[in-house]
Amino acid sequence: MPDTDIQGSAYNYAYLDEQTKRMIRRAILKAVAVPGYQVPFGGREMPLPYGWGTGGIQVTAAIIGRDDTLKVIDQGADDTTNAVSIRRFFARVADVATTTRTEEATIIQTRHRVPETPLRDGQILVFQVPIPEPLRMLEPRETETRTLHALSEYGVMQVSLYESIARHGRIAKTYNYPVMVNGRYIMSPSPIPKFDNPKLDRSPALQLYGAGREKRIYAVPPHTPVKSLDFDDHPFEIETWTESCALCGSKESFLDEMIVDDAGKRLFVCSDTDYCESRR
Amino acid sequence: MTTNLLAPGLADPPHDAQRLFRGVLEAFSHPGRIIELRDPPAGPGTLSPAAVAFLLTLADRETPLWLDAGLDKPDVRDFLRFHAGAPLVPARGAATFAVILSSSGDPFAGFAIGTDTYPDRAATLVIEVPSLEGGPACTWRGPGIDGEARVAIEGLGADFWPAWAANHALFPCGVDLVFAAGSRLVALPRSVAVEA
Repeated sequence: MPDTDIQGSAYNYAYLDEQTKRMIRRAILKAVAVPGYQVPFGGREMPLPYGWGTGGIQVTAAIIGRDDTLKVIDQGADDTTNAVSIRRFFARVADVATTTRTEEATIIQTRHRVPETPLRDGQILVFQVPIPEPLRMLEPRETETRTLHALSEYGVMQVSLYESIARHGRIAKTYNYPVMVNGRYIMSPSPIPKFDNPKLDRSPALQLYGAGREKRIYAVPPHTPVKSLDFDDHPFEIETWTESCALCGSKESFLDEMIVDDAGKRLFVCSDTDYCESRR
Repeated sequence: MTTNLLAPGLADPPHDAQRLFRGVLEAFSHPGRIIELRDPPAGPGTLSPAAVAFLLTLADRETPLWLDAGLDKPDVRDFLRFHAGAPLVPARGAATFAVILSSSGDPFAGFAIGTDTYPDRAATLVIEVPSLEGGPACTWRGPGIDGEARVAIEGLGADFWPAWAANHALFPCGVDLVFAAGSRLVALPRSVAVEA
């Protein structure tokens, strides 16, 4: 991209042309009206490869304005390559203020985490989604999964969770853990750790999910029930750690395990860098 | 030849459309919440500024538009054709968007409700009402609402809420509504149940 001010460049505000934004905005409204249903949209080529957040970027580009404050996280961190480059992209093409503080942000684009700090009414959380179809690993045909969603026929998912219990003694899925939205659609929460699933339930913030390669947008409106699938005798559980964060001492947050020397010394630190810094 | 000038559309399309869309998105995310749109375009006068803002933000050549007979005036047609480029269609079933007067009978009949496999292929109807407050109060429950919302839209017919109950029962199919009065709007997605 030429290193020019957006005013002097050939790009429209927020990179996408207005026709594309309208198409994405219509898809977003239908996604909000049918929570958990994946709305197909005409995904565009973006100036970065699939897998780097092209879906999330298109959703953000369709909603962002000059009054917004944008935060971008990758695995909870504001300072990783993906987060830094997307934040700089929008600072340049959308003339928007950026922040690393969860409380200050109006739009938070995320890859693979939900911030530890509780979200509030008026905030929008935009998820980058690699594979939007929660049934895809069980049924490769799109026509078939579409029919299963239409009929709310989700036995195959329950069976896969049961097989996990039969094999491992528990539901071994730790991320991208399937959820039931408003009692109707099974939805992929994107590859967030299952630790974050409870934060999706009845959140006061709007959740938008964008999948660029698969060209799907879906949403969970505020205050909407989001239930992680489980069984009566194998209730849903989140990860716990015996350690606490080596930097801030938190016992409540999601911890990353790091190897810090050649002798294999291990350290646990918060995955959410903003949360961790605010506690130190 | 007449020299009637067309009413202006969005003065600064990228920013105006973005600002207005966020108002509409907030309305859809919080059904029952009255959203005051900031600086909506006035339009041709026959439509409310909120309805004009909704259409100029979301309608274009890809979205066939249906107009209620009471609104189907040359100035409205010219305005929407010129600024939105949306094709005006006579058949309800072909429309993506529609603008309806609250006094019209049978408001939802014939509009696209989507299919079981593609529920998103359903129409969004803008309903022009005299006021978003002061009418008979109803209780709204569903996604986007924390518990329940009390909403008192004015000017709806006696058969309106029974028709809505039938539409809600189609979920995940069904039409979505936007009530417009002046520069304010309230959204009612199909997911919301209304107790009159």
